[in-house]
Amino acid sequence: MAYIPSAAPTTAPRSPVAIAAREGKAALAFVERNFFLTKRYWGWEAAFLVYTAASSLSIMFIGASQDGDTDRLILFLAIGTLVWGYLNSVFMNVAETIAWERWEGTIEYTMMAPVSRITHMVGMSLFAILYGLVRSTVLFLVLVALFPEMSLSAANLPGAALVIAVGSISFIGFGIVGAVLPLLFPEKGEQMTFIISSILLLVSGVYYPVEVLPGWMQPFSAISPATYVLEAMRAAILDGAATASLLGDLLALSAIAIVSIPVGLAIFGYFERYAKRTGRLKRSG
Amino acid sequence: MIVSGISAQHPDIAVRLDGVSKRFGSEKPSRFARLMRRAPGETPKLTRALDNVSLEVRRNEIFGILGANGSGKSTLIRCISTLLIADSGRISVFGLDVREDESAVKRLINRVSVEASFFKKLSPMENLLYSSRLYGRGGSTLRRDIKQILVDLGIPAERVDMPLETMSRGMQQKVAIARAFLTAPVLLLLDEPTTGLDPRSKKEVQRFVQELRERHDATVLICSHDMDEAEQLCDRIAIMDGGRIVATGTVEELKRQVTPRTGQIDPTLEDVYMALTGHDLKDTEEELVVASVA
Repeated sequence: MAYIPSAAPTTAPRSPVAIAAREGKAALAFVERNFFLTKRYWGWEAAFLVYTAASSLSIMFIGASQDGDTDRLILFLAIGTLVWGYLNSVFMNVAETIAWERWEGTIEYTMMAPVSRITHMVGMSLFAILYGLVRSTVLFLVLVALFPEMSLSAANLPGAALVIAVGSISFIGFGIVGAVLPLLFPEKGEQMTFIISSILLLVSGVYYPVEVLPGWMQPFSAISPATYVLEAMRAAILDGAATASLLGDLLALSAIAIVSIPVGLAIFGYFERYAKRTGRLKRSG
Repeated sequence: MIVSGISAQHPDIAVRLDGVSKRFGSEKPSRFARLMRRAPGETPKLTRALDNVSLEVRRNEIFGILGANGSGKSTLIRCISTLLIADSGRISVFGLDVREDESAVKRLINRVSVEASFFKKLSPMENLLYSSRLYGRGGSTLRRDIKQILVDLGIPAERVDMPLETMSRGMQQKVAIARAFLTAPVLLLLDEPTTGLDPRSKKEVQRFVQELRERHDATVLICSHDMDEAEQLCDRIAIMDGGRIVATGTVEELKRQVTPRTGQIDPTLEDVYMALTGHDLKDTEEELVVASVA
């Protein structure tokens, strides 16, 4: 007789602790799955990492080629490339929540599972942060190896860590909003996500102060969370600014997170129901 | 319409559909709908996928939905499994409304679709670990349980950790079935689960379905256009055509109903289908969609 597992419980756990445990397990399912996928696509991961390292080094060599004392400029550019690499990785991993499932043809199975959309996003966000941190660490080591003159002796590292933590959450909110696009536009949604990422790169002061942007572009800088992360990170690392002096940027990032995450989830829920009414879950990208 | 006489005398109803309709497209699409089109100039066609469908599936029953491609079988399964929202009517699973009690319904069901929806680069083990955890399964024995169910379904032990893309369509479908069985659902929705399988594998899957029903009090709703499979496996069958249920009953009841029409003493299920729908099961989806809208 074939093996069939014992019947699973059909009633939901009722205590908050049991519910949290169940949802936590489900969130980790997404982390584990994405880890498996990253392992299987290791060739592409390696290729993309090499490309990112080469791009980052190219920018820093541009800085090194300038006249005068370039140490500060090199560190300025290093902060930009590492922070942007991390934040963009978080954004794209969350924003591709649906696009990836469409590409693999698994979207219906995941949507049918007894997992809340919040849990789904928490799982994807957890992986995005872990993945971003690992990637950024590897990149940092590469940059330090080729630019050993970079010094962090004056840096307020705890302050910088706090900025990255709060900034990550604000970017997750943007990512959730971005994840709606492949849900709504099966064919072009992922392309739209790339456009959003590109605009954020342009207006957030990644490689230059935002003041050099044309006047009409500067308001866009104000709504990009990357702008505040980069400003605060550079203050903490380049100038050793105290954590208390970073409060303005931290408050802006917190406000963005507080607004974007629930709004993103509400928009996602609305368009998930729209997709179920119109049969768009079935269509693959 | 021929109905087998389901009544309120049967209180244990696993699935109930009351007047469920679902259509896709619109005769006059809104500006937003035109914006959402796949390509400029695309003309959306109005498709009536489900048309006032009512049926009951009893607890612990293996219930078959028989119909040609495009008859609405998959749409019906998707509506029950919360992937599609019906335009009208009500669908309940063990008394729970699929819209209002969506989370509770999802915990009771699992579905095997005709296309094996997996992460093809991942192995069967990795795919099933993921799906098991989504359904709340865990523990130290999970990997062992997964391996056992895969081997029982005919997946060689040495292939359990190899990417699914290296497996044949038939083996992938077996992994899909293992995935559904692993969560031990009380309602199992099978959408043409044995399509692409060799005869031996078909028999294995059919045996597994029967064991699931016997050992776990599971209810199985199976969509198929395989007449032999429907006849061997199903307690009752509903015949679907153009989004409508045209007949429901046991195989014998359906055959008895059409005997006076056809004059055949022992009609096959295919004869029954043709007599009730007016066309062959192999008619194209295009023809049936056009016919259903007209």
